[in-house]
Order: sequence, then structure tokens, then C-alpha cells
Amino acid sequence: MTINRSQLAIASLAIFAAVGLVGATAGAQELTVVSFGGSYQEAQSKALFQPAAKALGIKLKEETYTGISDAVVKVKAGAVTWDVVASGSGSAARAGAAGYLEKLDYNVIDRSTFVPNTAQDYCVGGDVFSTVMAWNTKTYDDNHPKSWADFWDVKKFPGKRSYRKGVAGALEPALMADGVPAGKVYEVLSAPGGIERAIKKIKELKPHISVWWTSGAQHAQLMKDGEVDMITGWNGRFDVVAKDGGKVAYTFNQALLDYDCYAIPKGAPHKDLAMKFLSEISKPQYQAEFTKYITYGPTNKKAYEIGAIDATYAKKLPSHPDNVKEQLSIDLDWYIKNEEKAAAAYQNMLTE
Amino acid sequence: MSLGDGHAAALRRDRTIERWLMLSLAAPALLLVFVCLIVPVGWLFYLSFFTDGGVATLHNYRNLVEQPSYARIFWTTFKVSALTTAICAVLGYPLAYFMSQLSARAANLCIILVLLPFWTSLLVRTYAWLVLLQRTGLINTWGMQLGLWSEPLALVNNMTGTLIGMVHIMLPFIVLPLYGSMRTIDRTLVQAAANLGASPVQSFVRVFLPLSLPGLTAGALVVFILCLGFYITPEVLGGGRVTMVSSRIATDIDTFLNWGSASALGAVLLLLTLILLWVASRLAKGLSLVGAGH
Repeated sequence: MTINRSQLAIASLAIFAAVGLVGATAGAQELTVVSFGGSYQEAQSKALFQPAAKALGIKLKEETYTGISDAVVKVKAGAVTWDVVASGSGSAARAGAAGYLEKLDYNVIDRSTFVPNTAQDYCVGGDVFSTVMAWNTKTYDDNHPKSWADFWDVKKFPGKRSYRKGVAGALEPALMADGVPAGKVYEVLSAPGGIERAIKKIKELKPHISVWWTSGAQHAQLMKDGEVDMITGWNGRFDVVAKDGGKVAYTFNQALLDYDCYAIPKGAPHKDLAMKFLSEISKPQYQAEFTKYITYGPTNKKAYEIGAIDATYAKKLPSHPDNVKEQLSIDLDWYIKNEEKAAAAYQNMLTE
Repeated sequence: MSLGDGHAAALRRDRTIERWLMLSLAAPALLLVFVCLIVPVGWLFYLSFFTDGGVATLHNYRNLVEQPSYARIFWTTFKVSALTTAICAVLGYPLAYFMSQLSARAANLCIILVLLPFWTSLLVRTYAWLVLLQRTGLINTWGMQLGLWSEPLALVNNMTGTLIGMVHIMLPFIVLPLYGSMRTIDRTLVQAAANLGASPVQSFVRVFLPLSLPGLTAGALVVFILCLGFYITPEVLGGGRVTMVSSRIATDIDTFLNWGSASALGAVLLLLTLILLWVASRLAKGLSLVGAGH
């Protein structure tokens, strides 16, 4: 015999590997991405998903869901069909900490030029938004509120307020209104009595809060209809309202810098390809394109430098260097550690 | 005698067979209830008593007791449901009475009108109320233009708005059983009462009302129980001030991925509802005994 055992083994291994490779590439050709639907996903699809899939030469399937809890159910059931999920940074951090997400490989995804605090272990930022203070420009035409202290000042700025029903992003403004400098907010919140101090401050304003909002669509509608005079909310929504002729303006001063991100559920069918996909959509040209659809800023600072975003428009985006300076970045570690406790206290205050 | 014994045995056998046949008729429904209700509720109970790692814990229930917001949320849920039921009964009873006095043709038309809201989605109707009731909404705009009031009334983003929306959605659920039971009431009984010298009020209170009670109880129960699980309407029309149990369950799952806590809330709501139903059925029994005494 000319073929010995080891040759046979190598040959069969080669065939096995070839079959395996073919199988792997055939399976890897289709990636499933899930997001929140609506105009947001439409923007993602046109600016990020479809162009990136084309660049990578893969087929892309898009689905919609209501939030990361849907992905958690799939992971728990061991039936993960999604490779990439879009999520808010806070929910992703929670799901990641609870072990429902794959750790991202930042050797594949380049975050070296990212805005600080916009990429975490389990989730890479896709766009930056701000929780801002907005006001009705008809109610406060020449003298508008400028800080959280003004939001709390019902004598100087009489009018109906609206505040968030959930605790995320609700305590920080209260502390700033109470005189805590932005840089010290999480220090105070982490110290004993910090959460209580913030909640006491909100309780002070409670009689003037006529609506506790629960969604972006709701706070946009409240301003559009002139139902309240002053509100907290996500900057992009207010820009849409203003564009539609709504009487609303907002400030980045003391706003909370937060971001939407992309994650890979634990056990995703095409994990490696998903990682490459995330690397692709994190590149500046995609992120610059995304800003054309909604006033959420890029997480990759380079997007501002490649000349793809109009200079005056860039100044309106939350992650523009001039705007970042004025804001406080949401501290996800604080939320992972304290959110349930803070939420319980917040709900006690709300239902009182 | 032995012949008679044989007959009795045969009859007994027949009855047993018939019972099994009846049971088998109900089998598909029973299976459905088992698969779609008993199993998930059992799983819910399991989730509320065990951690993800399968360790037994009372943490979820301790939390319900320790955080005062939970008791208040349950109180709100039962309060909103009871108020909605009461308003539905007050509004629905005269309507059903009116319908029961009409000719069959006119009554059918009325039923179609009562059912009309069902043709539109609950979500759309809820948002429609928001548009009508808000500060700059139709009702406030017209009211102020007509000089009926000068400041916008707080009609929505509070308990008032929630109740308006819920009553609107729930009204058919009480009108239909009421109408059904009123239609079957023998009118000659009311005439007989009048004949015996009862005033219209007396004959209504002592004859018609007791006879229509089964319909009222059935309708009120349906409304009350459906109200306990309301989510969208209080969320949209309550302005965040009317937090019901279902809303907290949604937060627990969506925001905190905490199925244990959500399950505990569900389990307690179920238990409280069952207790309430039991009390209500005892009361109803007492009422019917009083009624029989007349």
C-alpha cells in the first residue's frame, strides 16, 4: 500500500475540514439583526445594516423586537436566532452582567477613536443621545430655563412639568438641581443617603409634575400638543417635534449623555460574523451617514473628521465635542450596582 | 326481584357511560385549560419561589411586603377596577333597561351600536381619548371657547382620564349580560305588583331589580376581573400616576429582566382575585337568600 495510516488520517481530516469550512461559510452567509422597528430601525437599516452587509458580502435578515428582554427569553430557552441586537446601553449592561450576552472582542471592533464611555464589555455604542431638559418656546419665549436648578424653580418658571416614570436618568438632574456639580453626581449617589437626597428633591417638585412619561413617543407628543411646559427627554425626539412645527427647544447644558448600542446574544448562531459586522458598522463613514436620519451623534469621533457631516449640523449632535463638554455621561456601573434599589425607592416616592 | 336488580345495574352502567361521554365532550376544553392556564400559572408560581439557579427563595415575596409601593399599586388596581365596575353598572343598567323595553328589531340595532366600539382596537380608542381630553384637546378647547370654564380641566393624565377610558371600553361587557337577563324577566310580574298596589318605584325595587340581579352580578364580575389586568389604558391615560399591577409586571420583565418578581406579582394578584371572588360569591348567596325571604 502506498497510502499509510497517517496519510489517510490527514486526507480525511482535510476533507472533513473542507466540508466543515463549506458548511461554516454557507451557514455564516446570513446574519440576523434585530432592532426596535419604526423610523429608528429604518435609519439603521439604510445607514448601517444594509451597506455593511453589502460591504461584507453577506445576506442580512432584519427583525424587530420590543427590547432586550425578548432576547433574554431566547437565550434562556436556548433558542437564539438573532446574531445582533440593538439595545439601550443600560438594558444591555444589565443583560450582559446577568450573563445573557457574548463578550465583545475589541481586537476585532476598533473603539480607539470612540467618545469616552460609549463602548462596554458586552455592548458597543452605535449612536449617542442625550437626556435633555426641553421647554415650550411659547410659554418661555425670551427667558427660558437654562439648568436643572431652573427646572426645579417653579417661582421663576411657573408651568406644568413632566418627568420620567422610570428611575434611569431621573436622579442625576435632581442632584444637580440640588447644587451637586456634574462631576460629583455619581460620587454622591454612591454614598449612603445619596439616592434618598435625590428622591427628596424630586418629591419637592412632584406637585408640579403633571405627567410621568414612560416612552419617547409620549414625551414627544406631550411637547407637540403643548400638554406640559417643561420636560426631560431624548433630544432626537424633540428635534423631530420642532421640525414638525412644535414649540419646543432644549439645551445640552447638564444633559445626560447616553447611547444606544449593539450586542450579541449568548449562543448567537453566527457569533464571529456578528463581531465583524459590529466592527463594520462602528466605522466612521457609517456612523456619519446615520446622523442624516436622526439627530443622534456618532460614537466614533472620527465621523466628525471625515467631512461627511455638515459643520453647522454637527454642532447640534449630542456627541459633538462642544456638546460633550457640557454633559454628564451616564455611569452604567452605578446602574448595574444600584438601579434596582434606586427604582424601588423611586416607585415608593411615585406611588405615595 | 333479580330482574329489577339487573335493571338498576344496567341503569347505573348507562349513567356511568354517559358521564364519561360527557367528560370526553369537555376533554378538548379541559386540555386547553390545562395547557394554556394550569401549566403556565404553575410555572409562574415556580418562578416566583425559585432563583434562576433553582434555589428556593422567599425574596420576591419579602420584597412585595417590604416596599410600600407594592401595596399601593395593588390598592390602586382594585380601586380602579371597583370604580370602573361601579360606573359601568350605573351607566349600563338604565341603558340595558331601555333596550329591554324596545321591540326586538330596535333592540337588535341597539346591540349593534353597543358592540360598535369592539370594531376599533383598544389602543386606538385609548389614544382617541387622549386627543379629546388633554389640556389642548377638543373638550377643553370647546369648553373654554363656550365660556363653560376658563382654565383647562385636568381630564387626563390622572385617575379621571383612566376611568373615562376604561368605562368606555368595559361598558358593553356589562350591558350585554344585563340586557340578556332583563329580556327574560316576565313583565306580567311587574304588572301584578302594580295591580297589588305597588308604586312604580316599589315594583322596580322589589320585583324587577332582584330578578335582574343575576345579569348585573355576572356583568359586574366580568368587568371587574378584566379591569384587574388592564395595562395600556392606565398607562396612556393615567399620566404615570395610575400604576396598576400589570404595569409593574411589565417593568420588572422589560427593564429588570426579573421574572421572579414579576411572577410573584402575578401570583399575588391571582390569589387576591380568587379570594375576592369567593367573598363575592358568599355575599351573592346571602343576597339571594334575602331575596328568597321576600
